[in-house]
Amino acid sequence: MIIKYFKRSSTMKKTHLFECQQSLGGKMIEFFGWNMPVEFKGIIDEHMAVRKKAGLFDVSHMGEISVKGPESLQFLQYLTPNDVSRLFPIKAQYTALTTEKGTFVDDLLIYCLGENDYLLVVNAANTEKDYEWILSHKGEFKVWIENESDRYTQMALQGPKALDILQPLTELRLDEMKMFGASWGSIAGEKVLISRTGYTGEDGFEIYTHSLKPERIYNLIMKSGKPYNILPIGLGARDTLRLEATLLLYGNDIDDATTVLEAGLGWLVKFKKGDFLGSKALLKQKEKGIKKKIVGFEISGRGIARSHYPVFIRGEKLSEVTSGTYSPYLKKSIGLTYLPIEFTEVGTEISIEVRGKFLQAKIIPLPFYKREKN
Amino acid sequence: MNPNEYFFAESHEWIKIEGETGTVGISDFAQKQLGDVVYIELPEVGAVYDFHQSFGVVESVKAVSDIYSPVAGEVVEVNSGLNDSPELLNEDPQNKGWIMKIKVKDESELQKLMSALDYEKYLESQED
Repeated sequence: MIIKYFKRSSTMKKTHLFECQQSLGGKMIEFFGWNMPVEFKGIIDEHMAVRKKAGLFDVSHMGEISVKGPESLQFLQYLTPNDVSRLFPIKAQYTALTTEKGTFVDDLLIYCLGENDYLLVVNAANTEKDYEWILSHKGEFKVWIENESDRYTQMALQGPKALDILQPLTELRLDEMKMFGASWGSIAGEKVLISRTGYTGEDGFEIYTHSLKPERIYNLIMKSGKPYNILPIGLGARDTLRLEATLLLYGNDIDDATTVLEAGLGWLVKFKKGDFLGSKALLKQKEKGIKKKIVGFEISGRGIARSHYPVFIRGEKLSEVTSGTYSPYLKKSIGLTYLPIEFTEVGTEISIEVRGKFLQAKIIPLPFYKREKN
Repeated sequence: MNPNEYFFAESHEWIKIEGETGTVGISDFAQKQLGDVVYIELPEVGAVYDFHQSFGVVESVKAVSDIYSPVAGEVVEVNSGLNDSPELLNEDPQNKGWIMKIKVKDESELQKLMSALDYEKYLESQED
């Protein structure tokens, strides 16, 4: 087999937790200009640790853009389809930056940190692009926009034991924190923003800090998690976890050619709040009915369908796989693709071309995995 | 010819000669790079391959890799247990995780391969 040798490049960015990740045995790769671990113990072990106990991620590569000023609410209402006025300090919402066509510039979380004070947490691959996009749409809005990504270290503690592991480390009452709620607090004397958010489909927390020694926090969490067999988690398991939970990935499942409605995210479009960038196009599409839609499939039998593999129905190529993997928890291969609306019924048989052969698959309901609420 | 000697290809496959046939698999280094193996596409018994021709595919969660025949020859046996237990390739890649047995067409081709010691040196030289 051919192994691509990983050339250590000094031009790659490192997070503040790089040394810490490496010393834990992280297999480092390049990810959109960042030097990040793809795995530690192994993707399957890491994946199952998050589903059953807990895992800790370094996600500092994500971007943070602040939007402040007397018209920040109106500005963000204009830029995004969700209703920002429903936020209060401190609460987050999942939303998108949309084009005039109602397609994606990015998907993101917006946190309301205070009156006229918002923090946008965006995909690592899109940070610069999103920052430029927001700046270019500022117009006459009285807002200040800053790319604060370099200042933030972000960690994610995810899994059913996340609360038990984090609670002893902070004075915040984590059991009172609702999903998408957040609060400033402290861990080991360091100021942190803790939110009940995540990208895995499990309960968990994301921890943001400006600390220049964030490894102290990281190590404390790992220590607290030791009795629960907490594992450090890499990007490989991050992807299998989010795909099982059917959380979309920009670049794979959503981009500037897919509309928010086609991506199955109509629930975050709040037309009643007023016009926003793309609202006219989306309203028109809603009235006419979408012509294609994202669907989930499972492979019957062996084989993995990966991004860009062609999808056929009755001998005709209709689309490509957007995301696909072997699901460690469900123990089968799953994936996402967009199909013409007439072919999107659950149970529809499709075939996927893999290296000249066809794998049989069928459309199944989404999400692939949903955790039990306790 | 020492029957227990492993020969390694630059593409990280090994072959162990026993008489006219060789047992073929991937190296420990290769399985570490791959990560958790979930599927393998085995060759068919009777199939004929050239030196460095792809004879199968190993799929881990994160990647797909062709596996290349370290010698020219005809497949005489495959380890079909790998279908149900692909993790054997991670657990014991140079023994229980063997992939196929091939009837070696031309023994002199083994000179294109590396000894275990040379392969270790080769791996070290790749880490820069």
